Amino acid sequence: MHQPVDAEPPPEPEPPPRPGRPEPLLEVRGLQKLYPLTRGVVLRRRTGAVRAVDTVSFGLGRGETLGVVGESGCGKSTVAKLLVHLERPTAGTVRYRGEDITRLSGRALKAVRRNIQMVFQDPYTSLNPRMTVGDIIGEPFEIHPGAAPRGDRRRRVRELLDVVGLNPEYINRYPHQFSGGQRQRIGIARALALNPEVIVADEPVSALDVSVQAQVINLMERLRDEFGLAYVFIAHDLSVVRHISDRVAVMYLGRFVETGTDEEIYEHPTHPYTQALLSAVPVPDPGARERRERILLAGDVPSPADPPSGCRFRTRCWKAEAVCAEKVPELAVPVAFRGRDRPVAHPSACHFAETLPLDRPAPRHVRQAPATGPSGPGGPGPDGG
Amino acid sequence: MPDGPGPQQPESPPPEPRDPASQRPEPQRPGPQRPGSQPPGAQPPDPRRPVAPTAGGAAADLAMDEGAALELPYGGTPGGPVGRPRSLWSDAWRELRRNPVFLVSALLILFLVVISLWPQLIVSTDPLACDLGKSQQGSEPGHPFGYDTQGCDVYARTVYGARASVTVGICATLGVALLGGIAGGLAGFFGGWADAVLSRTADVFFGIPVVLGGLVFLSVVTGTTVWPVVGFIVLLGWPQIARIARGAVLTAKEADYVQAARALGAGNTRLLLRHVAPNAVAPVIVVATIALGTYIALEATLSFLGVGLRPPTVSWGIDISNAAPQIRNAPHMLLWPAGALSLTVLAFIMLGDAVRDALDPRLR
Amino acid sequence: MPATGTRDGERPAPERDGPSGARLLDVRDLHVEFRTRDGTVSAVNGVSYHVDAGETLAVLGESGSGKSVTAQAVMGILDSPPGRITGGEIRFRGRDLLRASREERRRIRGARMAMIFQDALSSLNPVLTVGDQLGEMFQVHRGASRRAAKAKAVELMDRVRIPAAKQRVNDYPHQFSGGMRQRIMIAMALALEPDLIIADEPTTALDVTVQAQVMDLLADLRQEYAMGLVLITHDLGVVADVADRIAVMYAGRIMETAPVDQLYRRPAHPYTRGLLDSVPRLDRKGRGLRAVRGLPPDLRRVPPGCEFHPRCPRAREVCVRRRPPLYEVTGEDGTPLPGRASACHFWKDELADAPAR
Repeated sequence: MHQPVDAEPPPEPEPPPRPGRPEPLLEVRGLQKLYPLTRGVVLRRRTGAVRAVDTVSFGLGRGETLGVVGESGCGKSTVAKLLVHLERPTAGTVRYRGEDITRLSGRALKAVRRNIQMVFQDPYTSLNPRMTVGDIIGEPFEIHPGAAPRGDRRRRVRELLDVVGLNPEYINRYPHQFSGGQRQRIGIARALALNPEVIVADEPVSALDVSVQAQVINLMERLRDEFGLAYVFIAHDLSVVRHISDRVAVMYLGRFVETGTDEEIYEHPTHPYTQALLSAVPVPDPGARERRERILLAGDVPSPADPPSGCRFRTRCWKAEAVCAEKVPELAVPVAFRGRDRPVAHPSACHFAETLPLDRPAPRHVRQAPATGPSGPGGPGPDGG
Repeated sequence: MPDGPGPQQPESPPPEPRDPASQRPEPQRPGPQRPGSQPPGAQPPDPRRPVAPTAGGAAADLAMDEGAALELPYGGTPGGPVGRPRSLWSDAWRELRRNPVFLVSALLILFLVVISLWPQLIVSTDPLACDLGKSQQGSEPGHPFGYDTQGCDVYARTVYGARASVTVGICATLGVALLGGIAGGLAGFFGGWADAVLSRTADVFFGIPVVLGGLVFLSVVTGTTVWPVVGFIVLLGWPQIARIARGAVLTAKEADYVQAARALGAGNTRLLLRHVAPNAVAPVIVVATIALGTYIALEATLSFLGVGLRPPTVSWGIDISNAAPQIRNAPHMLLWPAGALSLTVLAFIMLGDAVRDALDPRLR
Repeated sequence: MPATGTRDGERPAPERDGPSGARLLDVRDLHVEFRTRDGTVSAVNGVSYHVDAGETLAVLGESGSGKSVTAQAVMGILDSPPGRITGGEIRFRGRDLLRASREERRRIRGARMAMIFQDALSSLNPVLTVGDQLGEMFQVHRGASRRAAKAKAVELMDRVRIPAAKQRVNDYPHQFSGGMRQRIMIAMALALEPDLIIADEPTTALDVTVQAQVMDLLADLRQEYAMGLVLITHDLGVVADVADRIAVMYAGRIMETAPVDQLYRRPAHPYTRGLLDSVPRLDRKGRGLRAVRGLPPDLRRVPPGCEFHPRCPRAREVCVRRRPPLYEVTGEDGTPLPGRASACHFWKDELADAPAR
């Protein structure tokens, strides 16, 4: 394997957000996924690789919710697929109860799958249109005949429908007869059927209407508390993630750039990207319009096929200096905060990490760089435009 | 740690109730049931009563039953399933039944199938009983279409000719759909080198000119039955269906529900038969139906050229071929079988169109 | 046109003052239907709103609320069939577009109003360079030469802050990132310096950081050109950031209109309240989200009475029986609150209940 740029060394104590968090249920170490770029049809030549996920590490305890936020293309969906073994990682391990599941196959893999399930983003494509709701939710029992005796399956499907707040009478309906929010409930019921311990939810509410989103979030919270589920909740909506998560990881171009409890990330962000992201979120409060200072990032996210050297955020960062192009910042508690108390002292992958409370005016940074970003490190360029 | 499919979490702390199915005596809503709030599901909109119990603490009530109102029966459930379960197939069927194009073509095809099975129903003359003395005569009572060069009854021959055409059309289509569908489907599903080999092979067969290939192939493999012709059509027709099936499977394979089933631990057989195939079969059906008409035309073409069906088999193609030189003296000899052929081909193509409209409304 | 579509209890929207000719855009009692195989869908049932020059009106609503259909009717890009405007007026500077001649409509809609769509990639022609597409506007409408048109295109791209405009003017749409494409869409809308821009979910497809850039740009440009802006969105956050006034739509009707700060502070309609309570807030971690129960209605079977009553915590018998008109909203002492209206029988209770936000 490659050199581990380990995020959270396991012994480092984290305040248990929930009572009773023994060993992590899921332990991810140095997860990496490269998609090779090839050219030519007959003689394929590898011309490079898209670094979708690059050395991601985290742990997930029982009943805990880890939120992963990032913009489109940052690799958060790939993380979801790796966790539920829909893709095999290029490097790294995913340990479930101590066992590395990335190398499993066949029967052993099937057994692990019972415990790690997934909820998909699009409620319109994640249900087979040719199957009834009963068949969709009952399919887990057919695949794992040990999970429920044959005669009992129908009853359990009805109970699952009831658990997710749908009328059990709808068991013979087809997915296209339901609205988006109802379909997402069906998807959740399917994920719940085998009593998993971990549910990986990839943008589960982003396709839903505002008033229905809250219903589904509430449902997921209720199920977590009732069945002791652990979630990996992946979303681009920072408000939703804050609402449901115990811990949050901010992802940028395939890497976690900052991790911590929701308070640490949202009240005391130390990574510039997190700060910019938070400041950009519109708050539904017109009164905040004047108070708020926004950090406007210049340009766009670079291509993951050709990420910048050193710190990947440096092309859009107002603090970038020469060292950022040369040295990859490790995801660890920044030197400046070592020994300090928790809210600020949390892992952040920045050479110049500092707190920037949101109520304090931030440097307004509108540097108009070309979309690809400057090639050199560029000086600390505040207040470009 | 061994982690078999047996009981989960062998060494977990005393389990919380995390079995949704067996340990839940009653449906639970978030938060305790407050006095004054109604049991979920029991909310008939009684016009004399407040629809919601507590008009004051409105927002608190909202929080209570996020799921309850889903079943609120209002002019049909708002946004929810109304009426009976409707599968996509039954929707398509309902759509078809209301389509006049489908009705006309289906009736025509039904009629064709019936007379090719039991031509005696409408014909009493033997198509092979010919009387040279009546060569090329026009219509007369009992023989409405007149006689051909050999003095055979054109009406009888036109009716009996349907059998050859329909047999070739249906058998060839079944063969093409099975071979092409399975080959293309598997190639699309598994990909890799098998896919590459299949695609190149299909390209090779695509490159064969149909008529030239027919002239060569059928002059080598001869027989008086329809099977050499059927075989030839299958041989040249399968790549078309294979391509369609491959594309449809590639699309269906990427769908989230296939990923979901995979995440549940479903094997390839289940994925293919239960999830991919039912969602990929529609375009194959559509193309096969349209192709059926063209296969009938192809059989007639080959028979016309003298390499398809051979006498004494009765075929529209043979009759057209015999009639062509005589078109000036006896046009009826040509018009009737040619008309029957055109109508049949048209019927199948119309059917295919109607089926496509019903199966995929987006194409309209 | 006959005054169709006035259901019982309907009154003309009250909050209208001043000569109507002064309004930049004035939509009155608009009705739009879609005829489908499964029945008639009433997508818009008597919507009235107006925008003045230099003002931003946000039309807030969920999918199926009719917010986009209304905009399409205004722009004259409604798919018809199946869509049909069955009643109402769309006045632009006092001129009713629905009764204007085809030529006049074309002139107004082409040059004086412009629209920005959610999906910039599919709204741009992939086989033409962005310079050609921007320049075309000047060639067609202003009769500019090719060279002049291109110069104008560069100028526009500069104005929407596309870096290195001179070099990029000959690039094709797919060579731009999502945010840059949306800027090009904005540039196209600005090309003829319209009086009114309708932006339909302009930032929904964009990432948060890019979304902020684009919204800023739109707000700046609106000020610079003193245009009217109709911002159609479902995002309460975006609305709070840029809007002056808000119209909340539900099931093809306006539920509430109010100046932005008042709407957030003291909503006068249970649906507005429900929406505000159901979004998670970045700046506070609440305990539970107060979701609006139930689902948006099927527009083929709109509930009788108030459209919102099956989901409403305040619903009473009268709500099932009578459809509430758009009531004028006043303060406790009876002083009128300008610009405020609510389509709820119990708007007083709702207003009184509003906690200090």
